[in-house]
Amino acid sequence: MTRKRKRLYLVLGGLALLGVATALVLSAFQDNLVFFYGPSDLAAKRVPDGRDIRIGGLVENGSVKHEADGVTLDFKVTDGNAVVPVTYKGDVPDLFREGQGVVVEGKLQQGVFRASSVLAKHDENYMPPEVVDALKRSGHWQEGAKPGPTAATANAKQP
Amino acid sequence: MIVEFGHFALILALCLAALQATVPLYGASRNHAGLMAVGQSAAVAQFLLIAASFAVLVNAYIVSDFSLATVVENSQSTKPLLYKITGVWGNHEGSMVLWVLILSLFGAAVALFGDNLPPSLRARVLAVQGMIGVGFLTFILFTSNPFLRAQPAPLDGNGMNPVLQDPGLAFHPPFLYLGYVGFSVAFSFAVAALIEGRVDAAWARWVRPWSLAAWCALTIGIAMGSWWAYYTLGWGGWWFWDPVENASFMPWLVGTALIHSAIVVEKRDALKSWTILLAIVTFSLSLVGTFLVRSGVLTSVHAFAVDPTRGTYILILLVLAIGGSLTLYAVRAPALQGGGLFAPISREAALVLNNVLLATAAATVFLGTLYPLFLDTIGGPKLSVGFPFFNRTFVPLMVPALLAVAVGPLLAWKRGDLKGALQRLWFAFAAALLVALVGLYLAGFKPILALLGLALAAWAGIGALVEWAERVKLFRAGAAETWRRARHLPRASYAMTIAHFGLAVSVAGIAASAFAVEQIQMLHPGDTLPIAGYVLKFDGTEKVQGPNFTADRATIEVQRDGATVEELHPQRRFFPLQQMTTSVTAIRSNLLADLYVALGDPDDSNGSTVRAYWKPLTPWIWIGAVIMAFGGVLSLSDRRWRVGVAARRRLPAAHPAPGE
Repeated sequence: MTRKRKRLYLVLGGLALLGVATALVLSAFQDNLVFFYGPSDLAAKRVPDGRDIRIGGLVENGSVKHEADGVTLDFKVTDGNAVVPVTYKGDVPDLFREGQGVVVEGKLQQGVFRASSVLAKHDENYMPPEVVDALKRSGHWQEGAKPGPTAATANAKQP
Repeated sequence: MIVEFGHFALILALCLAALQATVPLYGASRNHAGLMAVGQSAAVAQFLLIAASFAVLVNAYIVSDFSLATVVENSQSTKPLLYKITGVWGNHEGSMVLWVLILSLFGAAVALFGDNLPPSLRARVLAVQGMIGVGFLTFILFTSNPFLRAQPAPLDGNGMNPVLQDPGLAFHPPFLYLGYVGFSVAFSFAVAALIEGRVDAAWARWVRPWSLAAWCALTIGIAMGSWWAYYTLGWGGWWFWDPVENASFMPWLVGTALIHSAIVVEKRDALKSWTILLAIVTFSLSLVGTFLVRSGVLTSVHAFAVDPTRGTYILILLVLAIGGSLTLYAVRAPALQGGGLFAPISREAALVLNNVLLATAAATVFLGTLYPLFLDTIGGPKLSVGFPFFNRTFVPLMVPALLAVAVGPLLAWKRGDLKGALQRLWFAFAAALLVALVGLYLAGFKPILALLGLALAAWAGIGALVEWAERVKLFRAGAAETWRRARHLPRASYAMTIAHFGLAVSVAGIAASAFAVEQIQMLHPGDTLPIAGYVLKFDGTEKVQGPNFTADRATIEVQRDGATVEELHPQRRFFPLQQMTTSVTAIRSNLLADLYVALGDPDDSNGSTVRAYWKPLTPWIWIGAVIMAFGGVLSLSDRRWRVGVAARRRLPAAHPAPGE
């Protein structure tokens, strides 16, 4: 086996594997990209039921309620202009609170968002970037302000 | 005053790093021994200064010096001592100081233990370490200075994020950083070798122990992080394919490829430029990880202490380091002479397959992690890539890797005998088949992927043991001969067997997670909850007072066949200062399965939501990681690193042809 031959085999093998990997990535991208919507986007666009999406915003003040079974949680996600009702059964992160930023993954089902996972912000200074963006688009984000006050103003505008 | 001393020490360290980055490089180009030796003293002094600075910072946290802004923001006087100390790196500024402390530790280690290196190579390695040091020390001093004063000093601090008040914080970040930053040595060796234009077996022999040490630390660091995420509610379990998790996993994947390809350079003098590239890419991915974690550009469940404005600086640093090293690589690598030839079926080829699969897997993780960021930058839609993507790209790539991990070590260098190797693996094949059949009998066809995973784990694990058995001629030669061979096998050989076996153990734990059972129910005192052959009896909750929190502590009796085998005490803790509640789970583990109990929200009549899980083989995920890391440490103790054999090209005794 000459050196050139060896290199050829290596390159061919590498290319074949790269092809397989590309095919895997493309096929996985087809079904598994999870798009993000703010509550206003969700109201404006028609997102089909049953598709995996993420929504983000602030947990509306006074909206968190436990259902009678004690394990299902209902709450509303808002960006100040629109509200999405969410229902979730499972572990909520420790820092999940009313008035705080949250990103929820799940599916829409007849106007209710059935969440499969909940990501809350994890320290005082952190706000999920998508949430910041959604708040900016709805006009409830104050540049430079701490997320806390913004959360309060966004919620205050709710009837 | 003492704080100013720490600040000043950090500034001095920056000056020394600048010295270390330039003078030895100039000395090496002029072949001036005195100038080259500057690097060693500078590296050691830089480490001592940063250590002093770090000690000052730790002291400020311990004595609760609220004249320091970071202490005010991240600590409080009633916090337990452990969290006062670990709180030092529980925030952005402190964690960056820990980063440079570990960087300078590795620099000093090269300076002190690199006596067998050629002086010019050592000088250049230290210079590159110095450059990285300059980059990060300026970053700390100009954008994230931990020694800024708070005016006026408040009476007490704001406290630390309760989620981080966990023993996991004491070990997970330091080990992770030891791994991340440890790969900087491999990077420096690669860049130095490119400057010198010489890569040979001796180079690989020097660079491999450093990479291996970093790899061991990273393995432990990731495993601890995964375990921490496992017992913390709401972090998505032991692995979530979260951007921050991926950030640590990518350097691990490429680093794993690196420690394998360095073997080929060392033994066979082949794959040189590929190994150099891997060394560069591994540390580059560590930098990318630092950027992702520190800047918070991606939504993560583990996003702590982030500040997007500082991300820009790291991004610039990233571009300089990665761009510079890859440019140097493009210019210099073609000149590296390739060495030994090998057939498509050989040990070398098996290691190439390992490398290609690991690198491709790392590339898919990279794509999945950064694609949302890329799309966002060009103004595309906001989206995220969840774990279905990774399950469909990463997992299929790992299947051939796991199939090959049993075969590769049985192939000879240069030209191997695939048929012979497979024949010798009949026992591993039988074990895999048995596991699959027993699994099918017990669980049916539904969890078919998990059963395949378990079978693969059996194949890889038993395959690793078969390779050892072949070497010592177990049952084929007499007991005395087997014993003699077992004693004379080099430690590196045992290390490989153990590490590969550890991988199989982890894979088994991961695959078996599909069989977990979950029960969530509202329980009142006296209620019971059956799960997986156990009965959980809820005895109610009581209030307990912690140092800086109050807690509801539940008592849950774990009963089996009517007898109580253990009491579990999950808690919900309330931290008044931060107005936050955290959950402390209780886990009963018998190393084969975990019984995992978490306390949820209370109701008005003394009841509480209780979540219980039975997770078979889950502890194996981390046990396997510890076994892998132990294999790495054992390999580090192999005598060929200690004895002065660096100049000798090959050690004839180290590798008897398998199955001779």
